[in-house]
Amino acid sequence: MTELISSGLVRGMGIGSTYALLAVGFVIIYRATGVINFAQPALMILGAYATSVFATGVGMPFPVAVLAAMAVLAAVGMATERVALRPMVGRQPFAAAMVTVGVLTVLFVVAHRLIGTQVRTVGDPWGLERASLFGVSVAQVDLAKIVVSLVAIGAVGLFLARSRLGLAMRATSMDQEVALAQGVNVGRMFSLAWGISAALAALAGMLVGTSAGGFEAITALVALKALPVIIVGGLDSIKGAVYAGLLIGIAEALTRTYQPRYAEWLGANVDVVVPYVIMIVVLAFRPYGLFGTREVERV
Amino acid sequence: MTAGTVTRGRSTGTVIRGRSTGAVRGRPLLRTSYAAEQAIWNTPAKRAWTLALVVAVLALPFFLSRDLTSLMTTVFIMAIAGIGLNLVTGYAGQVSLGHAFFMGLGAYTAAVFGGAGDDELVGLGLDMAVWLPMAGVVPALVGLVVAPLAARVRGLYLAILTLGLVFIGEHVFKEARSITGGVGVGRAPAEPVLFGLDLRARYHVFGYILSREAVFYFVCFAIFVVMAMAARNLVRSKPGRAFAAVRDRDVAAALMGVSLRRTKTLAFTISSFYAGVAGALLVVVIGRVTPTSWDLFLSIDLLAVILIGGIATISGSILGAAFVVLTPRLVSELADVVPFISTSPSSGFLSVFQLQTMLFGALIVLFLVLEPRGLYGLWVRVRNYWKAWPFSY
Repeated sequence: MTELISSGLVRGMGIGSTYALLAVGFVIIYRATGVINFAQPALMILGAYATSVFATGVGMPFPVAVLAAMAVLAAVGMATERVALRPMVGRQPFAAAMVTVGVLTVLFVVAHRLIGTQVRTVGDPWGLERASLFGVSVAQVDLAKIVVSLVAIGAVGLFLARSRLGLAMRATSMDQEVALAQGVNVGRMFSLAWGISAALAALAGMLVGTSAGGFEAITALVALKALPVIIVGGLDSIKGAVYAGLLIGIAEALTRTYQPRYAEWLGANVDVVVPYVIMIVVLAFRPYGLFGTREVERV
Repeated sequence: MTAGTVTRGRSTGTVIRGRSTGAVRGRPLLRTSYAAEQAIWNTPAKRAWTLALVVAVLALPFFLSRDLTSLMTTVFIMAIAGIGLNLVTGYAGQVSLGHAFFMGLGAYTAAVFGGAGDDELVGLGLDMAVWLPMAGVVPALVGLVVAPLAARVRGLYLAILTLGLVFIGEHVFKEARSITGGVGVGRAPAEPVLFGLDLRARYHVFGYILSREAVFYFVCFAIFVVMAMAARNLVRSKPGRAFAAVRDRDVAAALMGVSLRRTKTLAFTISSFYAGVAGALLVVVIGRVTPTSWDLFLSIDLLAVILIGGIATISGSILGAAFVVLTPRLVSELADVVPFISTSPSSGFLSVFQLQTMLFGALIVLFLVLEPRGLYGLWVRVRNYWKAWPFSY
C-alpha cells in the first residue's frame, strides 16, 4: 500500500503534472494559432539548461533562477514565432506544424551544443529528501512537481479567464478576423501565446531536470510524451490537458513499478510506450480526445 | 467530293497521331486529348532530358569512387521512401510521422526472410526475389491494420498518432531480440542474392570491373525506376485523383462518392509498401543496424525529403532525396575548408553532424516559408523563366 502511494500515485502525479504543464503549453499555442508546436521539447530542454546556468553557474537563488529562465525562454519563444511562424499565418496548419519540426531540429542542435555530453543538474532545493504525507514517506520533489505545476496552470487559467489580455487571447482563438475587427492585436496574441507556452516549457524543463540523474540534451524527448497527453485530453482543452496528464503520469508510474513484477515478458522500459498505447486506445473510441471539441465542417 | 473526304480523313489522322505522340508536330504544347495532357512525358524536351538523365545515371558508377556510388544508391533508396511518404502525405494529405517504423519493419522482414539464421536469430536465407517483395508486403499489411484507426482521425491528431507508432515500434524492435538482434547488437541485413546471382561479388562487364557497390547501384536504380513510374502512374489514375480530392477537401470528396476510408487505407497501405522496400534496401547499403536507428529523426529526415523536394510531386521527392542524402557529404567535405566546422563532436563551433542537422531544420523552415513547392518549385520557376526568355517578365 505504501509502495502504491509513494512510487505509484504520488510519483505518477509528479510526472503527470509535468506532462500537464507541457501539454497546457501545446494547448495554448494550438488554440491561439491552430498549430501544434513540435519545438516544445527543445524549448523545454533549453529551459532546463537556462535554469541550470542561472542557479548553479551564476549562483542566483533558485526561485529567481527559475523565473529568469522562464523569461529567457519566453523571449526565445516569441522570437521563434515572429521569425518562423508569423509568415505562415493563413497557410495550412500542417505546413505550419512542419515549420515547428524544422525549428525543433535547429533548437535541438543548439541545446546539444550548449549542454554538451555531460549530465547537468538544475540545482534544485529538494534533492532526494523525503516528506511524510498522511504517514507515508514520499519524495519531496514529487510534491514540488505537483504543487508548482498546478499553481502555474492555475495562474495561466486565471489569466485567460479573468484578465483583459486573456479575454483578447480567447477571442483570438475563437475567431481571428472578428477579434481583429474588435481591435485585438492578433499578431501580439500569437506572440503572447508562444511566450507563455515557452515559459511553461522552461518551468517543466526545470521539473524534469530535478530527477535524480540530472538531465542531458536527449532528455528533451520526454516532452514528446505531452503529445499523447494533449491527444487524450483533446487538442484544445486545458482541462483535458490536466486530467490526461495526471492519468498518463500515474499509468506510467504504475507500469514502472508493477510491470517488471507481473508482466515481465513485455520487456524493459515499457513505461516509455504506455502513453502512446493509451493514446491509441482513446483515439479508437474518441477521435477528438476526452475533452476536445469536435471539429465542425462547413459544407 | 472524294478529295474533300480524303483531306478531312488526313486531318483526323493528324489529330490521332497527335494524341499518340502527345502533341501536334511543331506545336508541342497544343494538346488535343486528356491523355496527352496527363502523359508523363508531355513535351519532347522532357523526353529528351529524361533520356539524357538516365544515360548519365547509368554511366555514373564508372566514374565515381565506391563510397560515392554507395551514396548515390542511398539517394535512390531514400527517393523510394520519399515517394511513399509523398503518396500518403503529399497526395492524400494524411500527415505521417510514422514512416521510420515502416522502414524498420521492412528491413527486419527482409532480414528474417533473406538473412542468415542461427540459434539466436531467425533467418530463412531466401532469395532477394522473395525477401524484397515480402519487405514491402508485410509493412503494407501492418499499414492496412493501422489504416482504419488512422482514417478515423484527421490532421494533426493523425500526425501524433503516427508519431506514437514510431515509439511503440522502437520498443517492439528493441524487445524482439530474435528478429532484430536487440539494442547495441543489431543484426546483419538480408543477403542480396537475386535469382541466384550474388550481388556482393565483383563482375566483369565489357572489360570493366563492376564493384559490388556498382552492382547494387544498378539493382537499386532499376527498382527505383519501376517504383517511381508506378507511383507516377498511380497518381494520374483514378485512385490518385481520389487522393487529391480527399486532401483538398474531404467533405467534398465524400459528397462526390469518393470513399474516404477506402482512399485513406489505400494511401497508407501503398506508402507502407514503399517504406518497407526502402528500409530493406537501406540496410543492405548501410550494413548492420540496431533497433534504435528507426527513430523519430529518420521520420523527420523523410519529411525533409518531401518538404524540401516538393509536396505532391514524384520528381520533387527524387530531388529532395538527393538533397537530403548528398548535403551531409558536402558539408563534411567543406569541413576541411571552412574553419568553424569541426569533424569531432566536442571541439570547434559546430560539428559536421550538428551543422547538417541544423541545416536541414533551417531549410525545412525556409522552404515552407519562402517556396512551399520546394526544390521542384524552384525548378518550375527556372523552367518558366527560360521558356519565355528573353521576354520573361
